Amino acid sequence: MKEMQTKLVIIGGGPAGMAAAVSAYDAGLRDIVILERDSKLGGILTQCIHNGFGLHRFGEELTGPEYAARYIEMVEARADGIRVYTSTTVTSLTQDKVVTAMNREVGMFRIQAGAIVLAMGCRERPRGALSIPGHRPSGIYTAGSAQKFVNLEGLMPGREVVILGSGDIGLIMARRMTLEGAKVKCVCELMPYSGGLIRNIEQCLNDFGIPLKLSHTVTQIHGKERLEGVTISKVDERRAPIAGTEEYIPCDTLLLSCGLIPENELTRKAGIEMDPVTGGAKVNGERETSVSGIFSAGNVLHVHDLVDYVSEEASLAGLSAVRYLEGQNDMPLDIKVKADGFVRYTVPQSVRRAGDVKVYFRVADVLRNAEVTVTVDGEGVYRKRHIKLAPGEMECVALKGEWLDGAKEVVVCAKGEERK
Amino acid sequence: MVEYLVIGAGVVGGMVARALCRYTNSVAIVEKCSDVAMGATRANSAIVHAGFDCKVGTLKAKLNVMGSKMMPEVARALGVKYNPCGSLVVGFSDEDRATLEELKVRGETNGVEGLVILDRAGVLALEENIGDDVTCALYAPTGAIICPYELAIAAVGCAMDNGAELHLGFEVARVTPVMEGTRVSFYEVESRDGRRIETQTVINCAGVYADEVYQTLEGEKTMDFSIHPRVGEYLLLDKEYGKTVSRTIFRCPSKMGKGILVTPTVDGNLLLGPTAVDTVDKSDTQVTPEGIAKVTKQATEQVKVNLRGAVITSFAGLRAVGSTGDFIIDYGHERFINVAGIESPGLSASPAIAEYVIELLKKKIGRGAFVVRTEYTPNYLSLAWLFHEMTDDEKCAVIAKNSAFANMICRCEEITEGEIVAAIHREPKPHDVDGIKRRTRASMGRCQGGFCVPVIVGILARELGVPEEEITKFGGNSYMLVGKTKTGEEAQK
Repeated sequence: MKEMQTKLVIIGGGPAGMAAAVSAYDAGLRDIVILERDSKLGGILTQCIHNGFGLHRFGEELTGPEYAARYIEMVEARADGIRVYTSTTVTSLTQDKVVTAMNREVGMFRIQAGAIVLAMGCRERPRGALSIPGHRPSGIYTAGSAQKFVNLEGLMPGREVVILGSGDIGLIMARRMTLEGAKVKCVCELMPYSGGLIRNIEQCLNDFGIPLKLSHTVTQIHGKERLEGVTISKVDERRAPIAGTEEYIPCDTLLLSCGLIPENELTRKAGIEMDPVTGGAKVNGERETSVSGIFSAGNVLHVHDLVDYVSEEASLAGLSAVRYLEGQNDMPLDIKVKADGFVRYTVPQSVRRAGDVKVYFRVADVLRNAEVTVTVDGEGVYRKRHIKLAPGEMECVALKGEWLDGAKEVVVCAKGEERK
Repeated sequence: MVEYLVIGAGVVGGMVARALCRYTNSVAIVEKCSDVAMGATRANSAIVHAGFDCKVGTLKAKLNVMGSKMMPEVARALGVKYNPCGSLVVGFSDEDRATLEELKVRGETNGVEGLVILDRAGVLALEENIGDDVTCALYAPTGAIICPYELAIAAVGCAMDNGAELHLGFEVARVTPVMEGTRVSFYEVESRDGRRIETQTVINCAGVYADEVYQTLEGEKTMDFSIHPRVGEYLLLDKEYGKTVSRTIFRCPSKMGKGILVTPTVDGNLLLGPTAVDTVDKSDTQVTPEGIAKVTKQATEQVKVNLRGAVITSFAGLRAVGSTGDFIIDYGHERFINVAGIESPGLSASPAIAEYVIELLKKKIGRGAFVVRTEYTPNYLSLAWLFHEMTDDEKCAVIAKNSAFANMICRCEEITEGEIVAAIHREPKPHDVDGIKRRTRASMGRCQGGFCVPVIVGILARELGVPEEEITKFGGNSYMLVGKTKTGEEAQK
C-alpha cells in the first residue's frame, strides 16, 4: 500500500472542504490535500442548480454550481499548495491522524497527516427511519436522490408527486419537478411549521400553487410494485395521526425531505467525542474536536441553513489547522458553552482560545417576541429581541473576548411565545 | 428433459437443488419471481435455532436439530457468514420460569446440547443490556445466526455451478403427468407464460404457494394440505446498535403468544421482530402501525435499547404455515414430492430438509442411482463476498488487477463498483436494484440508498445493456424511473 505524508488532509471537497483548503493556503500552508469521493469538487452544490447561494459570501445570488465554481477556481489558483484527489473515498481515520483512502488511479493508500479537517457533509434521513406503514414499492426517494436523477442524469423519477417534509431540498424539488412537467400534489409537514427557509416556501410552493399541509404526515403507502398512492392524515399536537382525517392521494412518487444527518461514520470510528443533538463532533471555538489537530466544519459538524455560513466556518477551521501545525497551541481558556431555554444546541460547545468568538445555534420551536440572552458565569452580557425565531434558520451571537477572560461557563438562552 | 425440477428458489429449493447436484447435473430450478430468495427467505429472523422449541417427535424437531448441526459446515462451504452466537429465552415471572424448565426438558429430548437455566445475575453476566424486568432465561449455546437470502443465493449458485439451470419468472401454471401404461413416464411443467419443461421428478418447494402448486398437478393427489401466510413485521436498527446484545434474545412464550426476538445480525445490525398475524393474502407484506408498536414495546422490555433514531428500515415477511402443524415432506404423486409448510425453523432445518428429500428419493428410485459425482463441488465462491472480507493487502492485489474495486459506491456499507459488477455477472445473476442489495449490501446501510441507488441504476443499465428507465427495484412493475427530463430528452436527440 502506498504511504504518504501531508501537513493537512481535508476529507471532503464540497463547500466546507474547499473553503478550509483555501483559508489554510492563504495562512501560508503549502502542503494541503483534499480527498473528494465524487468525480469533481463541489459536493452537493453540483446538483443544486437553483439560485440563492452566495448572498452573504459574495454579495450576489448564485446557483449551486456557480458558487462551487468560485471556490473551485480559488482552489485551482492555489494548485502549488493544494492537491486534489477526486473519486477518492476515505475508508478509515485514526486518532494518530492516519487516513486510509482509495481511488482507481492509486488503489488503496495511507496518508499520515499533521492535521485533519473533517468536511464530509451530511445525508438525508431515509424512509426506513420514518417507518411509514405499507409495502415497499419503488417510487419512494429522498428529495436529494431525485434531485440527482433529475439535475445530473436527466432522468425523471416520476410524474405525480407527493413530498413529505418541508425541508429546503423538498421545497426546491417541488418546484423542480413542476418545471419538468410533473404534477406535485402537495407537501406534507409533520410539524405545525416548515423547517425550510421562508423564501423557499414563497418561491417554490406559493408561486406554483402547491399546497403546504402543515401538521400532516403520510400514514400509508399504497402499491406493491410501483407506488400508486399515499394516505395522508392530520396529526395532533403530539404528532400522532388523527383518525378520520385520512385522505388518499394518487401518486407514483413520494419524495422525502425529513431532515439531514451529519455523516460522521469516520469520526465515530476514530473515537472522536460526539454531540448527540447536532450529530456532529463536539468542538471548541477553533472547530477543533476532542482529538487535538482534528477539526470539523460545515454540515458534518452541524446542518447549516446557508452554504455561505459553511464556507465561513470552514475557513475558520482551515485557519485553526494552520495555527495548530505552527504550534500556536496557547489555549488559556476552558469554557463550556451551554444551550438553555429553546436553544437546542450551540456550536462551538466550548471555547479555548482567547478573543472574539461567534456561537451558532438553532431553536427547538417557532418563537414570537423572542429574546436571546447570553450569560457568562451567571452574569448577563448580551440581550437581543427577535420578532420571530424559527428552527429552520441558524442563529448566531458574537461573544466578545473581553467577556470570556477567566470564565467557566457561557449559557446561550432563547425564550419567547410558543405557538399555541 | 431434466431428471429433477425444483419449484421455488428460496432457501429450501436452493438447498434441495444443491443436494441433488451431488448426484446429477440434470436439475432445473423454476422461480416465479424475478430473483431467487424472494419469498419467506427474503424476510425472516435469520436465526439458526438450537431446536428446543419444536414439539418432541415432530419432523420439525428432528430436522431442526440435524440442520443446525450441519449449518456451520454448509455455511463455510458456501462462503456465507455464520455466527454461533448462542441464544437466550428470557422470562419475566415465575410462570415464565416454569415454561423455560419445560423448554429445557423438551430441548434435551430433541437432542439439543448445553441448555442451562440462568437467574437474573447469570443473564446479566452474559448480556449487560438485558431488560430490567427480566428475571430468568434459558441459555442455548448452540443457537446461531446466518443471513437467509445469502444462504439461498449461495445454494442456488452452487447448484448452478454444478450444472443446474435456473428459470426466473417461471410461475407454474400446470404440472401434467405423462403416463406410460400405469406409471408416470415424466411430468410436463408449464409456466403461465407458456414455457414448458419436462422432468422425471418434481420437488415442490414453493413456500406459501406450495398448496396452490400442488393443486395444479393433474392427476390423483394423495396428500391433503393447505398453506396459509403468517405475516411477521420487523425493525432493523443501525449498526451502531448492533452490539446492544451479542446473542439472540427470545421472549418466553406465554398465553399472549410466542413473542418477538432481539438479535444481532451477521452483518452487524440489530434486528427486532417478528409479529405473527395470520392472513389470507399471500403477497401482503405490509408494515402496520400496530406491528411496529408491538415490536417496539416487546423489544424494549427484553432489551434496554433506545429506538429513537435507531431504526433504518422496517419490513415484513410471510411464513408458510402448513395445515398439519409440522413440516409436510412426502410424495404427493408418484414422482412428485411436496416440501411444504416450511415455517420456522425452516431456515435452520434447510440443509437437513434437503437430505431428507434425498432419502425419500433413494427409497423410491434405489440407492444405486445416487453416486456422488467426482466433479461435484459443495462450495460457492463470489468475488463480491470475498473482497469484503479481505485484508488491506489482499484488497490492494485485487485493485491492482481491476481498479473498479477502488471505486466506492455505497459509502455506508463500503461496497465498491468492482463488487457490484462482480455480483451482476455471478450466477444466480441479479437484474434489479434489490438483487444488487441482497448480493452486496449496497444500499442496505443507514442511508438506505440515498446516495448510491442512482449510481447503482446506472451501473445495472450499463452492465445489462439497457436504458436506465428499464431498471426496476425488484422486477414486475417496480420501475425506478419514468423517462427523461426535458433536457435529458434533448440530450438524447
